[in-house]
Amino acid sequence: MSIIRVENLGKKYLIGHDRNQGRVFSSRTLRDTFTHTARGIYQRFRHPLSPNSENTETEEFWALRDLNFEIEAGDRVGIIGRNGAGKSTLLKVLSRITEPTTGRIEISGRVASLLEVGTGFHPELSGRENIYLNGTILGMARGEIKAKFDEIVDFSEIEKFLDTPVKRYSSGMYVRLAFAVAAHMDPEILIVDEVLAVGDAQFQRKCLGKMEEVGREGRTILFVSHNMAMISNLCQTGMVLNEGELEFFGQVSDAVMNYYQNTNQRDAAHEREFKSDTAELLGAELVGLSNLSDLTIHDELTVRMRYRLRKQVDGKCVPNFHFFASDGSYAFVDSAKDVTSMPQGTYCAECKIPRRFLNEGAYFVGVALTTYFESGSLKIEFFNKNALTFNVVDPMDKRSNRYGYGGPIPGVVRPQLDWTIAKEAQ
Amino acid sequence: MSKLVIEAGKINRQYFKDLLSYRELFLLLAWRDILVRYKQTIIGVAWSVLRPLLTMIVFTIVFGRLANMPSEGVAYPILVYAAMLPWQFFSNTVSEGGNSLVSNASMISKVYFPRIIIPTTAMIVSLIDFLISILVLSSLMIWYQHVPTWRVVFLPLFLALAATAALGITYLISALNVKYRDFRHVLPFIIQFGLYISPVGFSSSVVPDKWRLLYSLNPMVGVIDGFRWAIIGNIEMYWPGFGLSVGLAVLLFAAGFGFFRRMEREFADVI
Repeated sequence: MSIIRVENLGKKYLIGHDRNQGRVFSSRTLRDTFTHTARGIYQRFRHPLSPNSENTETEEFWALRDLNFEIEAGDRVGIIGRNGAGKSTLLKVLSRITEPTTGRIEISGRVASLLEVGTGFHPELSGRENIYLNGTILGMARGEIKAKFDEIVDFSEIEKFLDTPVKRYSSGMYVRLAFAVAAHMDPEILIVDEVLAVGDAQFQRKCLGKMEEVGREGRTILFVSHNMAMISNLCQTGMVLNEGELEFFGQVSDAVMNYYQNTNQRDAAHEREFKSDTAELLGAELVGLSNLSDLTIHDELTVRMRYRLRKQVDGKCVPNFHFFASDGSYAFVDSAKDVTSMPQGTYCAECKIPRRFLNEGAYFVGVALTTYFESGSLKIEFFNKNALTFNVVDPMDKRSNRYGYGGPIPGVVRPQLDWTIAKEAQ
Repeated sequence: MSKLVIEAGKINRQYFKDLLSYRELFLLLAWRDILVRYKQTIIGVAWSVLRPLLTMIVFTIVFGRLANMPSEGVAYPILVYAAMLPWQFFSNTVSEGGNSLVSNASMISKVYFPRIIIPTTAMIVSLIDFLISILVLSSLMIWYQHVPTWRVVFLPLFLALAATAALGITYLISALNVKYRDFRHVLPFIIQFGLYISPVGFSSSVVPDKWRLLYSLNPMVGVIDGFRWAIIGNIEMYWPGFGLSVGLAVLLFAAGFGFFRRMEREFADVI
């Protein structure tokens, strides 16, 4: 049974442009209204025959457009998209903060939304008082908060400062307390915006663990994040939004791929072709994978690029691959070895990435060709930074060495090194 | 399992059910505001005593001594203070409540609850000040050895009337404040103006009879007259005017509530 059903959902905002001042305002002031009206009347008198020229033009902006989807009870749905794609608006509409302009939503269950950590916290009040305040704002009953109070305090690790006004808290303590309250809500549907981006890494992991626990209990989660690894870890279903429209809805790994591929295509459309007077990129692909979503940390992966050398060069034309993590940081670069000067023609370069090398997460591959000359100088023939993307998942089986731990394991690499443990003589 | 349907353009049918289920939040927000108010300033309590007391002294001197207005047979301070009670309650509610939505903007844009809870909370905080002022009035009455009559039991009814009028205006102003942000500069002026056109410093019996019905178009006239009628005892009520004030207060409440409900739907978008 679907727990959330969305039909033709749309949300329109009006953006005002003032022709005379050229600025955009969303919340008008009384003064603006008065001056605007006065100016209108004045101009009417000056040019009585001209058509009614409005000074203000309002422009429609659809933050969400014609969304249709259904979410089953117990689904964990990750919502991805670029900034301004409508993710936050969707969460706001689902949590009833703002009304949709078109369409209909049916929700069968208690919703708790966590769009911000510590909503309604008052700096003058103590931690204890804020737990009650925040809990109630998030929709918990007083008895519920009372029953879970000790658990909340425990989770937040701020026991000693329970009676200190939160304005004296460090930002870390503040976030911990706020998330502790939120983590103990008992909704059927949990809506979470990118709130986990705050807080230290250790606490982030604790929160993720808590969310997984919530998910395991069969609750429905809607989760917005830019962190693809987090999304792939936590959710089974993915939803890609693009300019307010639903672009993809399905398996989370496919959603992540879809998101990256579209991002790349859009970027690629703006870029020139990858060639120089000497060389030209013909293509790049991932080899030996029928379904990219099946790539696990235990699989081998081959990256291939094809290029043409238009003429013989004195230098050595070396293909190289650049690997980026999902946050855009460099994972590593590798160049082909033992390259000699090559005659003109079409070439195919392959590079094998061993199993148990990359950690889970999404990666971009940049492909480049660099010519190194005897003199020591070099020339970059071409460099396509976003040639390929792939997503690595952890199947969470015995080979993953997790011993039951379900949270994310940090790092770009995930090697399986040789370990020995020996009992020492007393 | 509870089922919620959100449909574009349709008024939320569960509104009143929601109001009921969010009553805990209402009480908690009131508790927060009271706590903050008396925690932040040591003079929190003193302030709520001093402000009406000082105003009363000035009014007693200006209207009672200098202008020699009639005192209806009681000490002039009691005449003024009996009116100060509802006026303070009214003006505090309107000025706190009028800005309340804007000052809780972050909450409104991040979580759902019936927004009307926020301006209504301001009334509860004003109620605490009102209760403190009652103590001040009692001391004044002991000092002047004025014994109230049985009519004093009707005081809560007149307080309810004051609350009705105050909430109506608060809903109106707080909603306008979200849309037109500079409305808050107009608000103190409106309250100041209200003080002059309400019979706080003088008895409404000084208004000529032919103008009294017109004067009662200000709902606070009915409220203040009612307070004096209940507290002072020997004052006769101008009932047609009172009836008009009650009618207008109810109308104001209905209008304010209706306007708020209509504006409420776009608060999160414009705030």
